[in-house]
Amino acid sequence: MNLRRYSFAFVFALIMVGMYFYDHSTGLKAVNITVQNFREMLLFLPPIFILVGLLDVWVPKETMIKLMGEGSGLKGIMIAFILGSAAAGPLYAAFPVAAVLIKKGARLAYVLFFLGAWSSTKLPLVIYESASLGLRFTLIHITVSIAGFLSAAFFIEKMIPARSRELIYEKTRSQEV
Amino acid sequence: MSGAILYGLAIVGLLYSFAKDRKKTKMAVLKAWKSFANLAPQLLAILMFVGISLAILSPATISRLMGEKSGIIGIIIASVVGSVTLIPGFVAFPLAAALLKGGAGYPQIAAFVSTLMAVGIVTLPTEINYFNKTVALLRNSFAFLVAMIFTVIISRVMM
Repeated sequence: MNLRRYSFAFVFALIMVGMYFYDHSTGLKAVNITVQNFREMLLFLPPIFILVGLLDVWVPKETMIKLMGEGSGLKGIMIAFILGSAAAGPLYAAFPVAAVLIKKGARLAYVLFFLGAWSSTKLPLVIYESASLGLRFTLIHITVSIAGFLSAAFFIEKMIPARSRELIYEKTRSQEV
Repeated sequence: MSGAILYGLAIVGLLYSFAKDRKKTKMAVLKAWKSFANLAPQLLAILMFVGISLAILSPATISRLMGEKSGIIGIIIASVVGSVTLIPGFVAFPLAAALLKGGAGYPQIAAFVSTLMAVGIVTLPTEINYFNKTVALLRNSFAFLVAMIFTVIISRVMM
């Protein structure tokens, strides 16, 4: 374990200690919110990583290319949408999943749409959203998001030069995602 | 709830994998651990940063800044706060509902909620690590654009 990678965390921990001495209640609040978010993270991050690991080991590249690769068409888009919508957890939990999809040969646009779905049409959150803010608000949110993120996905893919796209695929292959 | 489903899926997957091939299962777990260890330092820093910011910014302050009459300025503030903060969805939506009751306007809440979920400034370095700078910046810019389109539509429909 490389301790230097924790230097930012260490600095923030020091700031929290400082806050506590400056103003007890604000300091405690910062610690409480951090702990609460950390708990929330432990609720979904470990199983997501296990599933990513299993996917990496068991799903052959050829299968993924057939499912979500260049030629997969509408099927690839649908799978990206379902994977993203069935998810749980904040967007940063989707990055390792997206990386393993790319590693296995999924098309970049579909992976980007998967991230879009994860960030807006996640089923557990949609239910929560409509309960908190109303069905009309939520339906408009979903409609705009799907249309917006689908076009953005293809647009971004087009804007990335072929060479740098190649580099992303190489990067995910060489590193443990 | 969804956490339990995820754990269930992971456990069933592990057991099935273990029954089929022990070596491969061990590899999968090792990969899972490596990815987690990779993300952990950044994540810890992000969570602490968010904790500190939210402790300083109280819901009352946020509510005042995004009030019904705050107009475009309120929308801009809401979208910036949403882009920067990282609040779990199960906290964010009740918070948004509370802000709405506390006097925040629908467009401001729309800007807050949509940027909160899709735009991540504090997680940008993490995102760049996984993809690259161009992809991460473009994805966040477009997510912001989609959020703004949503906000405009909401301000037309919900007023």
